Amino acid sequence: MSSIISFEGVHFTYPEDELESLCGIDLEIEEGSFVAVLGHNGSGKSTLAKHMNAILVPSSGRVLINGLNTADESQLIGIRRCVGMVFQNPDNQIVANVVEDDVAFAPENLGVPTEEIRRRVDQALRQVGMYEYRLHAPHLLSGGQKQRVAIAGVIAMEPRIIVLDEPTAMLDPQGRQEVISTVSRLCRENGMTVVLITHHMDECVGADRLVVMSNGRIVADGSPAKVFSQVELMHSEGLDVPETTRLIYELNQEGFRLPMDALALDACADALADALK
Amino acid sequence: MSEIRVENLSHIYSSGTPFEKTAIENIDLCIPEGQFVGLIGHTGSGKSTFIQHLNALLSPTGGRVLCGGEDINRDKQARRDVKWKVGLVFQYPEYQLFEETVYADIAFGPKNMGLSKEEIDERVREAASFVGVEEELFQRSPLEMSGGQKRRIAIAGVIAMRPGVLILDEPTAGLDPAGCRQVLDNICRYRKETGSTVIIVSHNMDDAARLTERLLVFDHGRVAMDGTPEEIFSRPQELVNIGLAVPRATAIAMALEKRGIKLAGSIYTHEQLKAAILKARGAGAC
Amino acid sequence: MLKDITLGQFFPGDTLVHRLDPRTKLIAVVLYIVALFQAGGVVGYMLLILAAAACMAVSHISPKSIFKGLKPMIFIIILTGALNIFYTTGTPVLPGWIITWEGIIRAVKMILRIVLLITGTFLLTYTTSPMALTDGLELLMNPLKKIKVPVHEMTIMMSMALRFIPTLIEETDKIMSAQKARGADFETGGLIKRARALLPILVPLFVSAFRRADELAVAMESRCYHGGQGRTRMKQLRFAGIDYGALLASAAFLAGVIVLKKFGL
Repeated sequence: MSSIISFEGVHFTYPEDELESLCGIDLEIEEGSFVAVLGHNGSGKSTLAKHMNAILVPSSGRVLINGLNTADESQLIGIRRCVGMVFQNPDNQIVANVVEDDVAFAPENLGVPTEEIRRRVDQALRQVGMYEYRLHAPHLLSGGQKQRVAIAGVIAMEPRIIVLDEPTAMLDPQGRQEVISTVSRLCRENGMTVVLITHHMDECVGADRLVVMSNGRIVADGSPAKVFSQVELMHSEGLDVPETTRLIYELNQEGFRLPMDALALDACADALADALK
Repeated sequence: MSEIRVENLSHIYSSGTPFEKTAIENIDLCIPEGQFVGLIGHTGSGKSTFIQHLNALLSPTGGRVLCGGEDINRDKQARRDVKWKVGLVFQYPEYQLFEETVYADIAFGPKNMGLSKEEIDERVREAASFVGVEEELFQRSPLEMSGGQKRRIAIAGVIAMRPGVLILDEPTAGLDPAGCRQVLDNICRYRKETGSTVIIVSHNMDDAARLTERLLVFDHGRVAMDGTPEEIFSRPQELVNIGLAVPRATAIAMALEKRGIKLAGSIYTHEQLKAAILKARGAGAC
Repeated sequence: MLKDITLGQFFPGDTLVHRLDPRTKLIAVVLYIVALFQAGGVVGYMLLILAAAACMAVSHISPKSIFKGLKPMIFIIILTGALNIFYTTGTPVLPGWIITWEGIIRAVKMILRIVLLITGTFLLTYTTSPMALTDGLELLMNPLKKIKVPVHEMTIMMSMALRFIPTLIEETDKIMSAQKARGADFETGGLIKRARALLPILVPLFVSAFRRADELAVAMESRCYHGGQGRTRMKQLRFAGIDYGALLASAAFLAGVIVLKKFGL
């Protein structure tokens, strides 16, 4: 498969800052994959996300989205309709008073014909499971529901990539679950490329690939099982590892021989049960 | 004296209109001085309504709340005075910062109490040290601080009133793991050094299980479970039935039990789980 | 509570009035208001009241919700009435009194005008969603684009404002509770003290509004917003038969009121 997002030696410094926020990022993301980016605050993960739809452009190096250079202003609309962005605060990205009108906002901006907008809006709302709420007022929905409306608003553009910048940081566990299962379904069933920026390691477990950022650099990159098994590295970056990995890691130090890639709860329980029987 | 006693407390919003909604119903409980209590439950289970009754921000539509043996809704003065005894830190408290300097913002509460300048100064410094805000930052604007710092400054603004009871509504919401740890460490230190009652609302079961002495599980406006973490997590299935998560260690223990391996005792922390597995291996080997 | 404010509230429904094109309703309300100021005699006012009552009946808007909306205006209404009663010269009601028959009649007329004016606009906002209303306004004002009036920008600002009113009201409630928990007192003291007491609410509210505006701008750009050029609409407004009918009826109504006035009725 070919890469749909590629970062080539990207450096970036905010105008008011002296320190670099991104220090030489090289990253290729394959079409159709589910990539999680994990890092603590100030690690540069949000800055990375904002480079993916040309909200920010590199100070040096370049970012290609589906072959288009983000620094080329004439391609701006083309890039943005290809990359949908979902942000942290659902309240601040919903523009209309009625759910379906909000979802229609992006296709309206793109000049899509009326009947086609209707079709896209209905389809997008069905994909996120909010079709029954299409005539509701957004401010009366729960956090998780609002965030799903925001996702629908983005997929109504029919983008190939959806980038979510800490979409669950302000949600309760139920809302968090709703959002994560919605985006992983979009990836698995609709072949959408998903980039999920987060600081919750549990949300990365289902991803195809996990990229860990620290101080503007990529410090680990690989399958979640492989990345989390580097327990010392994760701790030195101030990040936690899932309870399953931590337990297996510590039990192995006590003489167990458990597989380090038993990341999911059931896999871990199976391995433990085998060892204890 | 800051024992909190809640008697038959109910609250109905918009009573008598089509929007009528019972938020909490017939809650009876007592929180002795110095206890560390965790409140858990879904969004909309009544937790927020409940805590706003403890410092008289909301008045009961039924029942009463006593602090130190006195009805906090006795009269207007009592409703105001209870704010100093029961400090409430709302969710995302950094959004309430408004003064030009960090110092002035922390001093807002004590100033409203009508304290002398010296007394205010002493309290501001004490509160700032509890949350690890250095004095060099005092003259800076709170708005230019980082997210985690803002949160801790806002918490200091409540601590500075020296409340005998400190209530925090999801103090770690939206923070990264390092920020969460720092805030929770601050809270634990505050409790240890002042002996205050601390009530913490949390969605994070691991934190609730690890830190508190007593858990109140809210469901549909009632207290569905009340006990020590040990008691609560010895019945994890009840939590699952309410639709709540269990601590991650408990989840692994439950998965093992399904596979026929019953670990000893109530398990809700990583250390307990690890110890129990090591013990089980020892037993199996003998 | 702040949440009880009915300003700009919309009651969804599926009545004849709800289904009318927002442009029709906007024009009809303007015609009604013109008629309001043309009406001279008792018959004219009766007609105006009748028309308002008929619209309320057809759109299932209860008088109760209109009264609820009128409440904040009660002071202005009473003041207008009082001024007209006391400051109109003519035949005194009783010899030596300051109150005159003319005054009473004028006061009643003025109060009726204000009440009917508010009722008319409420009927519009109660039966038309804010989005439809701004869409209608934009289309009606479209010709003004020719003389460089930023019609699209104005209407999108209006719909954003409507979208964020409930959010900001909720936020104000939250900030107020948080400051009350720190002992802030909004209820006692003189005017200046009370105004100062609002600072702890206003400052965070503005800070947050600016943050929201920033984030919203980025989110809108990310969804390919680039001004009104080349935009299409999901819900296109179309005049149907009932719209022409309603417009015709409104125009006839206005003409009728003017004719009645000529006859002094």
